[in-house]
Amino acid sequence: MKRIYVEEKWCLGCHLCEYECAFANSGMTDMVKALKGKTIHPKIRVEDGKNVHFAVNCRHCKDAICVNSCIAGALSRSESGVVEIDRNKCVGCFTCVLVCPYGAVMPDGDGHVAQKCELCTKNLCGEPNCVAHCPNRAIVYEERD
Amino acid sequence: MKRYVIIGNSTAAIHAVEGIRSLDKEGTILLVSDETHFTYGRPLISYYLYGKTDEEHMKYRPSDWYEVNGVQTKLGVRAEKIDAKEKTVTLSTGETVGYDKLLVATGSRPFVPPMEGLDRVEQSYSFMTMDDALRIERDFVKTDNVLVIGAGLIGLKCVEGILSRVNSVTAVDMADRILPSILDEEGSRIVQTYLEGLGVKFCLSDSAVKFESNSATMKSGKTLSFDKLVLAVGVRANIELVKEAGGACERGICCNEKQETSLADVYAAGDCAISHDITAGVDRVLALLPNAAFQGRTAGVNMAGGDVSFDQAIPMNAMGLFGLHMMTAGVYEGEVYKEHKDGNYKKLFCQDGVLKGFILIGDVSRAGIYTSLIRNRTPLCEVDFDLLKTRPQLAAFSKTYRRENFTKEV
Repeated sequence: MKRIYVEEKWCLGCHLCEYECAFANSGMTDMVKALKGKTIHPKIRVEDGKNVHFAVNCRHCKDAICVNSCIAGALSRSESGVVEIDRNKCVGCFTCVLVCPYGAVMPDGDGHVAQKCELCTKNLCGEPNCVAHCPNRAIVYEERD
Repeated sequence: MKRYVIIGNSTAAIHAVEGIRSLDKEGTILLVSDETHFTYGRPLISYYLYGKTDEEHMKYRPSDWYEVNGVQTKLGVRAEKIDAKEKTVTLSTGETVGYDKLLVATGSRPFVPPMEGLDRVEQSYSFMTMDDALRIERDFVKTDNVLVIGAGLIGLKCVEGILSRVNSVTAVDMADRILPSILDEEGSRIVQTYLEGLGVKFCLSDSAVKFESNSATMKSGKTLSFDKLVLAVGVRANIELVKEAGGACERGICCNEKQETSLADVYAAGDCAISHDITAGVDRVLALLPNAAFQGRTAGVNMAGGDVSFDQAIPMNAMGLFGLHMMTAGVYEGEVYKEHKDGNYKKLFCQDGVLKGFILIGDVSRAGIYTSLIRNRTPLCEVDFDLLKTRPQLAAFSKTYRRENFTKEV
């Protein structure tokens, strides 16, 4: 399947992907209205290390430990391989946060349920918005082994 | 065509079916459970009472899951006897069914220590199954004063579920602190203070020695009166089927890394089975949902002719109480790194060059990075642990690690 891959040598650490993610998942079509004056809760996060920057989001693991560990059956793997979360089933126990080795599942803005990257399959974008707007192609969306 | 029989209908059983079906689409699967409900997330019963979910959303799998996976179910039926020689299981209906591969995923049951007069208490409840939750929902009323025996994980999740439904809740524990199985003393105090602030009452270092219909006489001499009593002292693994069939058992059913019991073609997984805890280096029951899932999957794949092992069992808990989250894993031994500020509490335990355990209360973000260090027994010399101590982050890992994980399928 197509996945998001991150090349840290190209990452500028601009954090634009975080804003594009928050915008894509806001359900709104005007970025300014969607984000201005608001605290964002993106599903992709840039880490700024000593001399390195890189974005982290869900790896959509083939044998995803979050899916196997979910106490509610709220996390599942779709036929196309996307690790999805059913917000209506999630009870916010955050066992997924406890097990994800990438720290890529997190509480949502309200803190009541978990959220994670679903490759923009459930919003208006259809394809990952962070990839579309990365100014230096540090985040790509493609098929790899 | 193989005949699979699965005793149980919860996490381990479901993952075993999925494991079987990953290799064998043809074999027949018969699933037997004494519970009548569609498979549900068992730990969700507290969230059900708390109002965070409902019966429909508690379904652990989609409604057509049994059909899609070709599973014949016998719900409300008890497996009563295993004949490991004849390879049959006798059911409470009187039927005897044959198997080629059998999974015992019978879970555990509430343990009720002998306490004088307990039979005089009419309004007594346990907190383990959906039916328990439904009984509590039906019976508990606003004017009730509830006494919960046990201030561990089950007892306190029950407290969370019922607090707003009743007049008062008092939790009793023999231990001198709450959640003694997952927290250290300081952590217990933090959570206790938080819960007391919400009105929960505690009676610690004490135990009930005698019951009347609506009161308990405590070891300390105190008398606690109640309208409803919840028993959440602990659980016992349901090992009897395997034990009576001659299979090796300790406090749980003994099994190897392939989930095979000592009986040929009989597997065990979940809360009834013993795991090898790699952090403590001992065999013990790890009654945790993820562990049941990993074991169940392993059993299923092996039952269908695959060859997989599960050798990364660790104790770990994600626990939330009234919005306060805590995460713990491993054992609390070795050198300690501690932070306690802004309402957040963190302790990391390192020994023999690896992370052995942690306790996080409050800020639990990205805890899985710590958990994976424990699970993988990652040598701390391979990561920048000074950086990791302050915050779990992948910048503390090597470039190679990040390349392996971010530029390839994982």
